[in-house]
Amino acid sequence: MDVTSVLFYVFSAVLLFSAFMVVTARNTVHATLYLMLAFFQASMVWMLMRAEFLAITLVLVYLGAVMVLFLFVVMMLDLDTESMRQGFWRHLPLAALVGALMAGEISIVLMDGFAAMPAPGPEAGASNTLALGMLLYTEYLYPLEIAAVLLLVAIVAAIALTLRTRKDTRHTVASEQVKVRKSDRLRVIKMDAVVPVAAAATAVQNEEGQGAK
Amino acid sequence: MNAVSSIGLGHFLSLGAALFALSIIGIFLNRKNLIVLLMAIELMLLAVNTNFVAFSYYLNDMNGQVFVFFILTVAAAESAIGLAILVLLFRNKSTIDVQELDALKG
Repeated sequence: MDVTSVLFYVFSAVLLFSAFMVVTARNTVHATLYLMLAFFQASMVWMLMRAEFLAITLVLVYLGAVMVLFLFVVMMLDLDTESMRQGFWRHLPLAALVGALMAGEISIVLMDGFAAMPAPGPEAGASNTLALGMLLYTEYLYPLEIAAVLLLVAIVAAIALTLRTRKDTRHTVASEQVKVRKSDRLRVIKMDAVVPVAAAATAVQNEEGQGAK
Repeated sequence: MNAVSSIGLGHFLSLGAALFALSIIGIFLNRKNLIVLLMAIELMLLAVNTNFVAFSYYLNDMNGQVFVFFILTVAAAESAIGLAILVLLFRNKSTIDVQELDALKG
């Protein structure tokens, strides 16, 4: 057994264990953390296949962004996990049978057909990132631009879906304020320049009465 | 570490198959919990990507890795929008139980 084989078996064992824990964990936060472990092990397996750029991208994009988003949502929602695990043990035998059958059959066929395929030898000075970049920016330039637009649409969609205007806050409407004219706020009234004495006294009393209140 | 490794293409493909089967089991078991269903879908995409990378390595063809790159992009967009829909769902129904989503049943 050479080093690559040992590493492959270690990474695969941890990957399958953590994937199993993702689907069986009682706590959703634990499931998310196990999913992070699974993605990390998968990136190590990719590293064994000399896909360095994709392995590092998987760690950066998935562990750094998507899984943190998952954790954020899981912790934000108040989930009742116990009631959602109803039927868990009832479905387990059938699920295990279907899964084992699928994995077993695919493995038998693949190990028979592809096990003898020789691995390509190490190429001196070959850069995975350079090769990927050369292909991506020449032959796949148009799909790359479409992918960029897709990410933009995803950003807009995610914001538009979760955006809500609050109804319990008070705020001014700037456009209404700008449209205001002098006649809306100010009223000029005509009145006599000289007021009779009796009327002036009652007016003063009224003023004082209002001021005292 | 030399080219004569006992690990062949079949081993990597079997790993992908086992991962895919585990996520199928996860969808069976957690059919009420929407967020674990999303996680199982992410695991499935990971298994598919592992297959792409394995074939790309053993056939010495970089196009497979470019494909993985695009799948990662689409999967990131998918999980972002999926989680946004999930938050919206929780805000409206106070649960993410799949069995409660029967508003279209009539």
